[in-house]
Amino acid sequence: MSVNAPPPSLDLRDVVKQYAPGAPNAVDGIDLAVNHGEIFGLLGPNGAGKTTTIGIATTRVRPTSGTVIVAGVDVRVHPSIAKRNIGVVTQFNTLDRACTVEENLYFHGRFFGMSRHTAHDRTHALLDRFGLGDRGPTMVANLSGGLARRTQLACALMHDPAVLFLDEPTTGLDPQSRMALWDSVRALRAAEGMAVILTTHYIEEADALCDRVAVMNAGKVLVCDTPEQIKRQSGHGVIVTLRLRAANPELAIGLEAIPGVTAVDPDDDVIRVHVTGVDGVIPQVVALAGADLRDLAVTEPSLETAFIALTGRTLAP
Amino acid sequence: MTAAELTRPNARAPLYVRAFWGLMLRDARVLWREFIPFLLRTVMNPLLFTFVFTFVFPKIGAGITPGGNANVSFATVIAPGLVAVAIFFQGIAAVALPLATELGGTREIEDRVMSPLPVSVVALEKVVWSSFQSVIAAAAVLPLVLLVSAEPVSITVASWPMLIVTVLLGAMVAGYLGLVIGTVVKPKQIGLIFSLVVVPMTFLGCTYYPWAQLDKIPWLQVATLVNPLVYVSEGLRVALTPGLPHMPVAAILGALVALFAGLGALGTWLFIHRVID
Repeated sequence: MSVNAPPPSLDLRDVVKQYAPGAPNAVDGIDLAVNHGEIFGLLGPNGAGKTTTIGIATTRVRPTSGTVIVAGVDVRVHPSIAKRNIGVVTQFNTLDRACTVEENLYFHGRFFGMSRHTAHDRTHALLDRFGLGDRGPTMVANLSGGLARRTQLACALMHDPAVLFLDEPTTGLDPQSRMALWDSVRALRAAEGMAVILTTHYIEEADALCDRVAVMNAGKVLVCDTPEQIKRQSGHGVIVTLRLRAANPELAIGLEAIPGVTAVDPDDDVIRVHVTGVDGVIPQVVALAGADLRDLAVTEPSLETAFIALTGRTLAP
Repeated sequence: MTAAELTRPNARAPLYVRAFWGLMLRDARVLWREFIPFLLRTVMNPLLFTFVFTFVFPKIGAGITPGGNANVSFATVIAPGLVAVAIFFQGIAAVALPLATELGGTREIEDRVMSPLPVSVVALEKVVWSSFQSVIAAAAVLPLVLLVSAEPVSITVASWPMLIVTVLLGAMVAGYLGLVIGTVVKPKQIGLIFSLVVVPMTFLGCTYYPWAQLDKIPWLQVATLVNPLVYVSEGLRVALTPGLPHMPVAAILGALVALFAGLGALGTWLFIHRVID
């Protein structure tokens, strides 16, 4: 970053959150800087500290220690000013059920000091943009999951925040709605140069959507880079996952001896075999496992193999 | 305005006022959509009560003569009490019922908590709005008593300042009590809490008799002092029926101010801790 570059949209320094004395730190000393116009992903399994991190950045969780700056405002010192720069789409449908789709957006605008006119015009502009033009008078309780999420996104954009936080934005959505949401997020960045920070436990979402990804586990950031760099640096090629009828430590030792196998990672009745390439190796692996083998899966080099290498676990629910 | 300029307190005040106004507008829209059910809910209970005790009873010769004083109708005694119940019940319900769901079930308070206001002011707005509803409730119930009663109701506004102060303080106390209940009680238990706490409070809040006449049951006279509604009922007696026995004005106002400060601090603290981890 050059000297004249604008300050990061989100700047977390040595942030720690411990919910109760004696409990492990939910967020354990993380540093993150997200730039203007960047789509940034927090990737990790449930309980990794992603949602807590978003909570800290959006004034909803008080950090135990550390510095939190959003768009130049210290969130801990001036939470109500910081909130002017923050848009949030929560994991669940938290739209105001006593109001219609249109009213959710309109009153959101009024909360942020817009005049009646401005709030009205912006509501309709956003409803049209998100394909909700004919849903204005619908009560939000009657919306499908995909439409509710789109309404939440439109609502979060009403006050034109500098930083947009999306907590598990596509969880529970059908594939079509998920693609539509990805397109909306990309368009946002292109049109408004907003910084977008999203949490996800979908690897393909982080890979397809994010400029940079922080892989989190147990409250720590394990690696933070572009998806391409993370894949390259993880140093592993293909992963062959063997599911056995029973745990078999001897098989693990035998597998290590096969040429082309770089690492073997036994975990109860599952053995992950890291190999440089599949050609010629798989028949040997299958032959060695013999009748013990119940199932075999090959994972090509991807963010997922990198994730497994980093955390020793898969993200699959 | 830049973020740095906004961090000065003087620059923040107008933003807070507009955000507060936005929250009030939202609540007004929601109430307006439900205005008729709201009015029916508010007047049903006092209407039935007034009808049975001040219309049916005197007609069938079962009239109640309060304190053996034949010159004062029972309707006169209960009129301030029924207004106090309306203020109190409305104030608690208007905050506690939606809040329990919004906090415990749907988390739909989210967007309002993320509005550019301190969280304590978001709580204050709920209480201010419920107070407004309490005032509407009081204004709806008083003429009802005068209309329905078969006996003469001798009510005059003896003291406007006392009437206004009692109504406003009583409404705010009820709203903050609603805030405490709404933040502590789970949505599923809110009905139970109303039956176990709020309904007994309305019956034992010196609604249907002046506090002074409880001297025949000393333990009850002392025990009811913990009930905030007692001070609202007695305050309205001072303002509307000064000829009937009532507590000293200083005791009423002192208790209401203390309850306002205590419940206000507790309710705000609980609300902040519910929405911020």
